Amino acid sequence: MKLRIAIIALLFFCFGNVTAQSTTSVEQKVSAASTALKVFNFNELEAYFKTKDANKTFVINFWATWCAPCVKELPYFEALNAKYSNKNVEVILVSLDFPKQIESKLIPFLDKHGLQSEVVVLNDVDSNTWIPKVNKNWSGAIPATIIYNENKTAFYERSFNFKELETEIKQFLK
Amino acid sequence: MKNTLKTLLALVVVITTSAFTVGTGYDIGDIATDFELENIDGNMVSMADYKDAKGFIVVFTCNTCPYAVAYEDRVEALNKKYADKGYPVIAIMPNNTDVKPGDNMEAMQARAKAKGFTFPYLMDKGQKIYPQYGATKTPHVYILQKTTKGPQVKYIGAIDDNYQDASAVTKTYVEDAVNALLEGKEVKETKTRAIGCSIKV
Repeated sequence: MKLRIAIIALLFFCFGNVTAQSTTSVEQKVSAASTALKVFNFNELEAYFKTKDANKTFVINFWATWCAPCVKELPYFEALNAKYSNKNVEVILVSLDFPKQIESKLIPFLDKHGLQSEVVVLNDVDSNTWIPKVNKNWSGAIPATIIYNENKTAFYERSFNFKELETEIKQFLK
Repeated sequence: MKNTLKTLLALVVVITTSAFTVGTGYDIGDIATDFELENIDGNMVSMADYKDAKGFIVVFTCNTCPYAVAYEDRVEALNKKYADKGYPVIAIMPNNTDVKPGDNMEAMQARAKAKGFTFPYLMDKGQKIYPQYGATKTPHVYILQKTTKGPQVKYIGAIDDNYQDASAVTKTYVEDAVNALLEGKEVKETKTRAIGCSIKV
């Protein structure tokens, strides 16, 4: 009798283990397809930014694939990142795409346009809590951009062209 | 001299109008101006038409913004719940339809029919109304209460705290505000924020 229980337990253990393994491999496939796209809630996003080099000037752009003016200005942020990366500037594109559209819309978009700036996803429905933490004046409309370094922070609820972005970034590199 | 005066006057006009259009808008307690805007049925709609209303749930919304679309059913539910109690929904589409043809009158009519909207869905033709309110995005809600001075702003902001999943909502900001007004109480949370699509100019 004891032996029987032991065998069942053993079988169960093995079977359980196999299931766990197969789940893991599925997860790995998904993340490989999403090219390790990071999805954060707001606290995680804040913590992630804190891990970055504090000597840099960061340009954080809030956007989404469904936001036409956001998509229009992405090339300017890309150009800014390329031109000013040697001046300690880092552009990070924070996507607000809906979670269910990450696979269907966001990843295909990133693949198609080959964005060079880092893209992370912010998925946090409690926007009434986190929007004022980004900036107290932000109504929540996108596109929106925040530029900051150790000395200075500026927030923009507006669209940019390249020249306007350059004008702003130069204020931070004096 | 006459010309200088004219230029000066023109300058004053420009400065005054720009001061009014650059992102000020209403705050809690302000009196909202009425409007006369075309509805999807071709009729003009004003707040003054609603003799029996106690107030209004004014929602700046559109067809083309995914956030606005995510809230369509919930806006309809608000109208069903509160129109009879004296707080009907009035939806206003603020976008420039040259920039967003998907928000033109035909598209608005089609969307309203498909979704079975029972509230007026008005076109902010010429985009004169949304800047007065200070709306910046869709969806953007203003709850107004009729007073002797006019419709007074009682709440500005989001509909609830979960745009992704109506069943996972924990805070029903608009319902809480209207319920408070119906009970003659002060609105507790008068301003909330949510992500939305910038209004297209």
